[in-house]
Amino acid sequence: MNSQLLSLAVWVPILGAVPVFWIGSERRTLVRWLSLVVAVAGFLVTIPLYTGFDTSTAGMQFVEQTPWITRFNVQYLLGVDGISMPFILLNSLITVLVVLAGWEVIEDKQAQYMGAFLVMSGLMNGIFCALDGVLFYVFFEASLIPMYIIIGAWGGPNRVYAAIKFFLYTLLGSLLMLVALIWLFLESGGSFNILDWHQMRIGMGPQILIFIAFLVSFAVKVPMWPVHTWLPDAHVEAPTGGSVVLAAIALKLGAYGFVRFSLPIVPDASHHLAPLIVALSLIAVIYIGFVALVQTDMKKLIAYSSISHMGFVTLGFFIFNQIGIEGALVQMISHGFVSAAMFLCVGVMYDRMHSRMIADYGGVVNTMPKFAALFVFFAMANSGLPATSGFVGEFMVILGAIKFNFWVGFAAATTLILGAAYTLWMIKRVVFGEVANDHVAELKDIGGREFLVLGLLAVCVLAMGVYPFPFTEVMHASVDNLLKHVAASKL
Amino acid sequence: MLNNFVMPDLYPAAPEMFLLLMSFLVLFVDLVFGATHRWMAAMLTVITLLGCAAITLVTSDGQTTLTFSNMFVDDLLSDFLKLMTYLAVIMMLVYSRQYMADRGLDKGEFYVLVLYATLGMMVMISAANFLTMYLGLELMSLSLYGLVAIDRDSPRATEAAMKYFVLGALASGLLLYGMSMIYGATGSLEIGGVAQALYHGQSEKSVLVFGLVFLVSGVAFKLGLVPFHMWIPDVYHGAPTAVTMFIGSAPKLAAFAMALRLLVYALFGLAVDWQKMLLIMALLSIGLGNLAAIAQTNIKRMLAYSAISHMGYMVLGLMSGVVGGQVDAFTAVNAYSSALYYTVAYVLMSLGAFGMVLLLSRAGYEAENLEDFKGLNKRSPWFAAMMLIIMFSMAGIPFFIGFFAKFAVLLAAIKAGYTAVAVIAVMFSLVGAFYYLRVVKLMYFDTPVDSAPITAGADLRLLLSLNGLAVAAFGLFPDLVMMVCTTALMRSL
Repeated sequence: MNSQLLSLAVWVPILGAVPVFWIGSERRTLVRWLSLVVAVAGFLVTIPLYTGFDTSTAGMQFVEQTPWITRFNVQYLLGVDGISMPFILLNSLITVLVVLAGWEVIEDKQAQYMGAFLVMSGLMNGIFCALDGVLFYVFFEASLIPMYIIIGAWGGPNRVYAAIKFFLYTLLGSLLMLVALIWLFLESGGSFNILDWHQMRIGMGPQILIFIAFLVSFAVKVPMWPVHTWLPDAHVEAPTGGSVVLAAIALKLGAYGFVRFSLPIVPDASHHLAPLIVALSLIAVIYIGFVALVQTDMKKLIAYSSISHMGFVTLGFFIFNQIGIEGALVQMISHGFVSAAMFLCVGVMYDRMHSRMIADYGGVVNTMPKFAALFVFFAMANSGLPATSGFVGEFMVILGAIKFNFWVGFAAATTLILGAAYTLWMIKRVVFGEVANDHVAELKDIGGREFLVLGLLAVCVLAMGVYPFPFTEVMHASVDNLLKHVAASKL
Repeated sequence: MLNNFVMPDLYPAAPEMFLLLMSFLVLFVDLVFGATHRWMAAMLTVITLLGCAAITLVTSDGQTTLTFSNMFVDDLLSDFLKLMTYLAVIMMLVYSRQYMADRGLDKGEFYVLVLYATLGMMVMISAANFLTMYLGLELMSLSLYGLVAIDRDSPRATEAAMKYFVLGALASGLLLYGMSMIYGATGSLEIGGVAQALYHGQSEKSVLVFGLVFLVSGVAFKLGLVPFHMWIPDVYHGAPTAVTMFIGSAPKLAAFAMALRLLVYALFGLAVDWQKMLLIMALLSIGLGNLAAIAQTNIKRMLAYSAISHMGYMVLGLMSGVVGGQVDAFTAVNAYSSALYYTVAYVLMSLGAFGMVLLLSRAGYEAENLEDFKGLNKRSPWFAAMMLIIMFSMAGIPFFIGFFAKFAVLLAAIKAGYTAVAVIAVMFSLVGAFYYLRVVKLMYFDTPVDSAPITAGADLRLLLSLNGLAVAAFGLFPDLVMMVCTTALMRSL
């Protein structure tokens, strides 16, 4: 088996960004096409990860190992299992779409815009395949830099506040994680290998502390209530591409952290504190669902809807059964497609009207029928309509939750009502009805490039909703293995 | 008497002697050609430092050699620190060439004072006796006082020099007093002798600790730790930027050597006592440095407060070598090498940061306000990227060297059982991240106020690019510098 694939997935976009930066923004056509080529190449190198994936084993695949910092036994250790592999593909695909989405609308410093996204794509892939604690941390934090620049340089009027808030919030969490990682290194007798940590025995006291350190770090990233406040700011101010990457990929990092670190490394603390996480998740699902209902800004509404959906993911992880965890993972991928599509849809309208306010729209279907069809479709997926990907994950998590505790499942199921309410009500006000004003009357329907981007996502959403087997198949063995780790006490 | 005189082995001190001789030549050349060919003194200074580097490299045998009746030591650590010092000084000279020329400050005195300050640092680095240490310290400090005041028409610089001199003299007095106390208690001024006396444990403990307090105060002053930090912001702000860069770089290496030789080599027996002192000062420095830096609008002052906090982190590593009075070699090497690594990393970043200030300055204009960085990305994307690297590195964000420096120090602190301290330290680095982020924000998110083209020479541009790239490259491949630091320490303990 060719074992350089993960390195390629990480470094092709990052190194590809160098010539993009170098060309500079004056030669726009060249920059765009080169960025697209790099992004597509970055996606193509990840495809063998899926086709060559062995679904029968829970072990790490495509492993690469080289010493990196011999002083502290830090390894350049990459590998994927069924949990992380789909996210690498998702991330690389989203990057292609983001490049396409920024094709015309970004006029200022386009080379830096495209380059920042390419660098970020590589770093995100690194996070998903790093199996060394320090390497993971390094990718995890480094990915803040391009996102900070993207929000701050190409964002809306309040972008500086949003960018700094985003950076400091996420840094707060990750710094505590760093202390936990170092503690684990010393306690394990000098290993930063995450898989070694999975086997380590840890007392209950330290387990709780480590769990809290990880929780702060990942909860900010997910984001869980009550540390979610950076997300609406960041989403609203970020350019469309930034919102897409934030929602589709960055939020998944926190959830991924729970399955890679918290659950297998400190299972006893996870069990012990599960009620807390379940409670926070349900608050996110229900309370944030209500918050979404009253939003007047479309991007903010989708941001809150993301928090609500991510509450489902954390809920799925902490009810400790197969269907719950698999459902949560499916939900993560599905949300990656759906939220990306929703933000792209808002972006399409924003590019034309320069407004995200629901009140400024109405009757878009009359002037943009093709777009309206897609938008309504994604909204349906967002509210969990059967036969879309949104349904599969939510349904599985609700099933798992009912197994865990009927009332938890019941509370989680309210999302089907809330989600439908806020999404469809927004659709009603924006898409349907009479043409609200002259600006809407002058709207032009989407062009080929926009149609391609949205259409591609629609295909993914539909495919996953109708036939989720290829997605769940790769996860099966790894989730089994994860559950075994979680069930075994490490005291 | 004369018959008993033994010619000391001069070989270990060859770089120092070479530098001293060459400094006379620089003086002479400046006297003869100074009016017409100013570049000659500058060129000769760089050649001197390169020569010193060559001598240090050639004479480095990895052995610990004492000479001048155990006054002077040449070991792997001193060789490494000296090489880093030469590098820092040469970089400073290249960075500041145009700046000093534009202001008419590139006189012979500048170069000679830089050489003498460097000599002082070298003596400090190689000191094996309290008096040698004091001698080196004074030579360095007096030269630096002069350098701060080199722009004699600037009231601000003169004030800074006065402040530096008065406080520096006080600190020297404290240090000397502490040394005398320890001499009284142990009967020795030699670093090895003091360590021996402490090991046998027959010295008066109260006198020792009394002396230790003064000694630590003197060391803390040179490192710029809270509460001995008052001079740092004023001197950094008041001195010409090139001199600020000098003060903010190489002397940190010498101060590290001083702390290591005095506290670890000589007074290791009192580690339990100085550990607590350093711990308090480290936390205060990290806290105050990071908080005060937020309030600054002048980048030199901001970097001054950032220097205070960085030295706090460094000391965090330095004090982690002893766990509960117990010594084990691994923990000790780990801790001291993390502090050394931090110092080296900091010097590299500090040079780059001040290099950026020099890049934006031009004849008759000091780009020392944060405002001057506004919209740098529009004026020069390349140098904005370099500054971005340096700022994120200082904030401790990977993949840059500053992250691994913090990482090593935190690891040492947690290893020594200071987990709570480490948590406080990382929380303050979150505070610190804010003001570094603000610089990035100014460069990337704002529109330029100052739209004049950047006129800095090719030498500065090239060096600054190399410096920025080194901060990134040593972050991508941190192994090399880390290993060198560890080896140098391990072979010299």
